[in-house]
Amino acid sequence: MTQHDADGSVPALRTDRLGRRYGKVWGLRDCTLEVPAGAVAALVGPNGAGKTTLLEMIIGLLEPTEGQVSVFGETSRADTAETLARVGYVAQDHPLYRDFTVADMFHLGRAMNPSWDQELAAARMDALGIPVKRKVKSLSGGQQAQVSLTMALAKRAPLVVLDEPVSSLDPVARLEFMRDVMASAADAELTFLISSHVVAELERFCDWLIILSGGHVQLAGPADDLLGAHRLLTVPRATPDGDLPGTVIHRTDSDRHSTVLVRTDPVQLAVRGHAGWQAEPVSFEQLVMAYLQRSPAANPAGAAARPGPATKAVTR
Amino acid sequence: MFRFRLDGSSGVPPYLQLVHQVRQALLLGYLQEGDRLPTVKDVAADLVINPNTVVKAYRQLEHEGLAGGRPGQGTFITATATPVPPEAQQDLRASLEAWLRAADEAGLDETAVTALIAVARRDLKKGRV
Repeated sequence: MTQHDADGSVPALRTDRLGRRYGKVWGLRDCTLEVPAGAVAALVGPNGAGKTTLLEMIIGLLEPTEGQVSVFGETSRADTAETLARVGYVAQDHPLYRDFTVADMFHLGRAMNPSWDQELAAARMDALGIPVKRKVKSLSGGQQAQVSLTMALAKRAPLVVLDEPVSSLDPVARLEFMRDVMASAADAELTFLISSHVVAELERFCDWLIILSGGHVQLAGPADDLLGAHRLLTVPRATPDGDLPGTVIHRTDSDRHSTVLVRTDPVQLAVRGHAGWQAEPVSFEQLVMAYLQRSPAANPAGAAARPGPATKAVTR
Repeated sequence: MFRFRLDGSSGVPPYLQLVHQVRQALLLGYLQEGDRLPTVKDVAADLVINPNTVVKAYRQLEHEGLAGGRPGQGTFITATATPVPPEAQQDLRASLEAWLRAADEAGLDETAVTALIAVARRDLKKGRV
């Protein structure tokens, strides 16, 4: 069954009360979220937050214990050719057969994917100056990452998942890799889901943000809306949480004042004002760090509810 | 061709930085009516930023009447910068300074001033509709 959004468009990715249990421990639970077509979504969270579990269920490598994943309206089934063909995937360590040449890798890709685009693969290697006759093990880390990305793009899958794609790369290789990701995002009607630890860099790459912690979605939605819905308040130290406008996400107390990151309605905040209070916009990094430092036991802001206001990623 | 830049530490959202650069280039004469702006893909690759950010900036420029998209051709500058005449600018500035002094004496900080201006502008726009 194809599921539609309120405005009739099909989201690139939707998970519905998705969960996966390992023995008695839930690796991920009650994960409901949505990523619109054309978005570049960031998935952030500490180690053990459930990121890899979520990604593996999305790409069809892992069967959910409960709930379901749908990609462009089609429900995913683990280990089926249809599901695997709809999602391109670049794993963390760019796993390639080290003794294969690049041409061999592409041959494998063509054999395994009915929609394989050999022209795209060859053109990318050409543009990057990577000879296809070279063996994978003789390539630099950056080049291996580029071959992995090419394998994922040449599948012509509408959703591409990148798991920590740049963590092993030096700054220049990292920039060149992301340059190619951004150019492909502009070129084709592709949707990207990128998991990363490098929070500071994400702001320029992503327009959708998903924060995962303790196996639950803490926050999910359009990055601009989420930034707009949070403020950094400076208030007298004695001010109790209950007197603050909005939900307290993170609080730092010093001798006389407290710095509090709240989820709030900025218009109300500006109109009401308060002597001795100061409200500032939050940066992308401040927002992510506040949620990551929040105790996983805290009431997840985005777990039960559908992701925030339905701002669509713009189409190109 | 016009080239954008990005200041990662400025705290200004990336799309607004792009909008500001076009406005400034128009005022300084670096961009003129009929000039083509680089494609979304070129800006995304050049600055290594999300293409949707560039689309958002171009939309904002269209909204402000500074640029317009021509199907299949790209985004073009549609406005010539019409700088405010110096006398008018001086008068406006003098009355603004007087107002800002009054706001300062009344104890309004920068955030309060910005909020008040935003609210007043919003109401003014509403009144016009």
